Amino acid sequence: MRLRKLADRAFTLACFASVLLVLAPLFSIVYTVASRGARALSIDFITSLPAPVGEAGGGVANAIQGTVMLTLLSMGITLPIGVASGIYLAEYGRSRLADLVAVARDTLAGTPSIVAGVFSYMLIVSRWGFSALAGAVALSVLVIPVVSKATEEALKMVPREVKEAGLALGLRRWKVVAYILLKEAKAGILAGALLSMARVAGETAPLLFTSFGNQGYAGGFLDPCSALPLVIYVYATSPYEEWHTQAWGAALLLMLAVLSINLAVRRVVRG
Amino acid sequence: MKIEVKELSAWYGSHQVLRSVSMGVRENMITAIIGPSGCGKTTLLRCLNRMHELVDGARVEGEVLLDGENIYDPSVDPVEVRRRIGMVFQKPNPFPHMSIFDNVAIGLKLAGVRDKRKLREVVEDCLKKAALWDEVKDKLDQPGGRLSGGQQQRLCIARALATSPEVLLFDEPTSALDPISAMRIENLMLSLKREYTIVIVTHNIQQAARVSDYTAFLYRGVLVEYGETAVMFKTPRHKLTEEYLTGRFG
Ligand SMILES: Nc1ncnc2c1ncn2[C@@H]1O[C@H](COP(=O)(O)OP(=O)(O)OP(=O)(O)O)[C@@H](O)[C@H]1O
Ligand SMILES: [Mg+2]
Repeated sequence: MRLRKLADRAFTLACFASVLLVLAPLFSIVYTVASRGARALSIDFITSLPAPVGEAGGGVANAIQGTVMLTLLSMGITLPIGVASGIYLAEYGRSRLADLVAVARDTLAGTPSIVAGVFSYMLIVSRWGFSALAGAVALSVLVIPVVSKATEEALKMVPREVKEAGLALGLRRWKVVAYILLKEAKAGILAGALLSMARVAGETAPLLFTSFGNQGYAGGFLDPCSALPLVIYVYATSPYEEWHTQAWGAALLLMLAVLSINLAVRRVVRG
Repeated sequence: MKIEVKELSAWYGSHQVLRSVSMGVRENMITAIIGPSGCGKTTLLRCLNRMHELVDGARVEGEVLLDGENIYDPSVDPVEVRRRIGMVFQKPNPFPHMSIFDNVAIGLKLAGVRDKRKLREVVEDCLKKAALWDEVKDKLDQPGGRLSGGQQQRLCIARALATSPEVLLFDEPTSALDPISAMRIENLMLSLKREYTIVIVTHNIQQAARVSDYTAFLYRGVLVEYGETAVMFKTPRHKLTEEYLTGRFG
């Protein structure tokens, strides 16, 4: 009897220890980024352009602009394609074509982000040069499968009876899907969309040779643009102490953005 | 005859569930389908508004005439059939995240009705008919999935009424209800008879006796006996029917 109790204790303790093991690095990262980044953070940091090398001050306003642009643009590309393909696979997916689409999508989901960058480079950059659009296309390639899968799964979670209820009302199938099933699946789809937004905001590799970076503001979607992850990458690997601080500041901004998106996901999922 | 079923057989895959069923459903009457569990009552009902074919591998042979026209004719649009023949399912299936109001109004809304006042009128009217109005009138914007099982079933009845079909199919509509609500639904059906043709599946023989004008007794996919309820319950022609009605199996 005592032995069993002891085993129970030991097990609980082991679980607790492994939780600490997972949380410790996370908290240490959050703590480091927050404490170092806070030093760089100021109104100036958020609103001004980078200062020339060696000069003090300057900010990452261009990178913030770029990240917002890239996120909006890639969501603009991703959501229609991702949601539509998810609907297709969930509701009409009983054909050869559907199987093919599903396999292609699931393969795409495993694509390394650098490959997505290469794809966009060949498709767009090689013809029209570096641009925010090229960056957004690369990012979209990465997250279209995420949104598609989230949509498909969310729709498949809607009970069959609910769909039948819609059809029994004499509604066309597309109306049942568009006005009833999508509504029932809304939370799942939104969660998928937000998660991919967080992913898009944090990606660096596919941007290196697509949106490329920009010391100033991008004039439009066809200009090269900066992005927070790019700034972090470039500044952190530079030899200048001043830039290191700024890299931490940019990291903090990005972390806050991703954190708030993740909190939004939790709220949406809880409904 | 509002509906005429002619030598109707139905399958799920290779499993035949209905065997050449023929019967007529009279206009402005209540027709009850009774029989032991698994005998094919739900399947027969779902064949009347072309819901059966939505199941993978499900198949139908024979004819179902609605106002003389075969609903299984290739030229007939199943959506049109379902618009004319409404259905209340055995298991309550409201749209869980949709408001109570929209649950009832959705059929009309998607059919293009925009007039807010008209929608409100219909929703109130149908909820009253379904004996649910008093319980939900203060929370019409709450999701339908938050109601109790019995309330959900009455919501589904209101939803089916809202699009004013010509025929209403009820699959054990009161099996999830308390006796008082069940009684109200029975009274509702009796009052709906004037406007609608009703087919009801029920396990409750007393209920069939109380509400129906005609009764069909189904056993293992075969229509054993069909006729006026009053006659059939007093003098069943078939031995199986008699045994079922007297509760010797089922
Ligand atoms: N979706 C389905 N796929 C395969 N077989 C089914 C399906 N639905 C019903 N069946 C089978 O068809 C037969 C008739 O089922 P049905 O639901 O019509 O019976 P029922 O008379 O309505 O029974 P109950 O009174 O229990 O509701 C049963 O043997 C059942 O197992
Ligand atoms: Mg049944």
